[in-house]
Amino acid sequence: MQGFLKSEFFFNYRRSASAIIGSALMLVFAVYVAFGPWLVAQNPHDIASLELLDSFKPPAWLEGGDPRYLLGTDGQGRDMLASIVYGARISVMIGVTAMLCSCLIGTLLGLLAGFYRGVIDSFIMRVADIQLSFPSILIALFLMSAVGTGIDKVLIALTAVGWVVYARTVRGSTLSEIEKEYVQAARVAGLPDRKIILKHVLPNVLTPLIVIATIQVGTFVLIEASLSFLGVGVPITQPSLGLLVKNGFDVLFSGLWWTSAFPGLAIMMLVFGINLFGDFLRDELNPRLK
Amino acid sequence: MLGYLTKRLIQMTIVLWVVSVIVFMMMSFTGDPVFMVVPIDATDAEIAQARRILGLDQSLLVQYVKFLTSIFEGDFGRSYVFRQPALELILQRMPATIEMVLVAMAFAVIVSIPLGVYAGAHPDSRISKTIMAGSLFGISLPGFWVGMMLIYLLAVQWGWFPSSGRGDTVEVFGLRLSLLTTDGWHHIILPAFTLSLATTAIILRITRAGMMEVGRQDYMKFARAKGVAPRDVLFRHGLKNSLIPVVTIFGLQIGDLIAFATITETIFSWPGMGKLLIDSIYRADRPVIVVYLMLVALIFVVINFLVDLLYTLIDPRITLK
Repeated sequence: MQGFLKSEFFFNYRRSASAIIGSALMLVFAVYVAFGPWLVAQNPHDIASLELLDSFKPPAWLEGGDPRYLLGTDGQGRDMLASIVYGARISVMIGVTAMLCSCLIGTLLGLLAGFYRGVIDSFIMRVADIQLSFPSILIALFLMSAVGTGIDKVLIALTAVGWVVYARTVRGSTLSEIEKEYVQAARVAGLPDRKIILKHVLPNVLTPLIVIATIQVGTFVLIEASLSFLGVGVPITQPSLGLLVKNGFDVLFSGLWWTSAFPGLAIMMLVFGINLFGDFLRDELNPRLK
Repeated sequence: MLGYLTKRLIQMTIVLWVVSVIVFMMMSFTGDPVFMVVPIDATDAEIAQARRILGLDQSLLVQYVKFLTSIFEGDFGRSYVFRQPALELILQRMPATIEMVLVAMAFAVIVSIPLGVYAGAHPDSRISKTIMAGSLFGISLPGFWVGMMLIYLLAVQWGWFPSSGRGDTVEVFGLRLSLLTTDGWHHIILPAFTLSLATTAIILRITRAGMMEVGRQDYMKFARAKGVAPRDVLFRHGLKNSLIPVVTIFGLQIGDLIAFATITETIFSWPGMGKLLIDSIYRADRPVIVVYLMLVALIFVVINFLVDLLYTLIDPRITLK
């Protein structure tokens, strides 16, 4: 800990306003994920706890607002703040889980492609090339339209579009790593391929993935929100932030702006925080810029 | 050059074939489209007959071969909902989408290139830092939400712009265009602006990165030393040499814009092919989805090819093999 506080990384972090703002925003959402249900008075997914009389209350500071509902309520009398906290948990968990799955699968395929070259390599890389020539959102939209709504299906769709970037990066670094002496030494020592790949190559190709993974969580949150907004993402029983915006869209023209404005604002702050921090990480971890 | 063209053509055909297999396979998993055609009270015999007419009673392989041969005959199937050839349906709506994408692209380029060049030329200035933070903000915005908020504020509350639709169109060579009428422009500004935000931010960042890279080169110093005007140094010597990544991203962004147009069109009820796709997904109108995806795949493949050709024009050192 003492070492970290004195490190160059921490020194730069303290001097970077964007890194501090970014990590603060991320912290807020991390707290939502960890302690969400204890932070808000209402469980918006529990219909029994809702008061229909309190439906469509404007935010507390406006005329007709109710101090119990800071950001107003939706058509079922759900507290928007509570909905956002619960929705953010779903959004963040989908983003992080899909990122971990993509990272795992992509890294593995990248290692195999870079280590064994040949047919495996060309096959994986051709698939990656074809996939990269199509926008992620379109691939995800198409997959979701084929399989229907559900958190598990969103995770599969996101992983299907997310693995490519890891596979390409890891393959590139693996190709240069296996030329190095330590890998040749491990081969001469007679280590099995599995050990060389996991114990020697893997740790040396991980650094660039940190930045990719950070930013990807933000991208995934946005893609998931778009899918849910279009009605092909999460089911209505587990509304993410994107689905909350969609629900708000249906009543926007009646002037009930708060039911869509605040969930969207939450998406924006979450993704902006991730991107700010990711940008800082990129500058710190990219040796070329130093 | 000829060898390169042949190779690319073969590659493009393979990509399109792979896409057709995937699209066909995935579509076969989606809900049973028979129920889209038959009335709710249809008897089992009627359902079986409808299935036979649609060719859905045969094995997947037979269906795929049929699908492929009919594509080569120029028959892309009929929409279950509109009872019209699916291709015709999409082509009718394509000009609206292309218009929106082009206007969004124009917005993005006009805003992003000058800002990107400035931020790259003065990386440490306060204005540049604000520009960069702004671009990061632009990437973080959920486009559909921005569109909704613009509709609420500028259309519903203040009434400056219409909230939906395409406005008056003029028919030119059989295409319905809205860019030739003031009413059309009035309608296109909000959706095109919404669509352009992310692209603006991305092109800006690439331009800046390119300019910073170029700024370290000796020919930039030399141009300055021989007294070329600062603006000419930036745009003629700097920007021109940092264009390669910008053009690549530009090409990729057209694809992204077409993809994101599905969402923007849905919000603004813009009668383009993106909204048609979303509606067709809701209605399980399989032929329309398939044709849309095949057509979009073709567009993307052609754009990527054109981008590669553009490289040689921008940088004569690059040769195509």
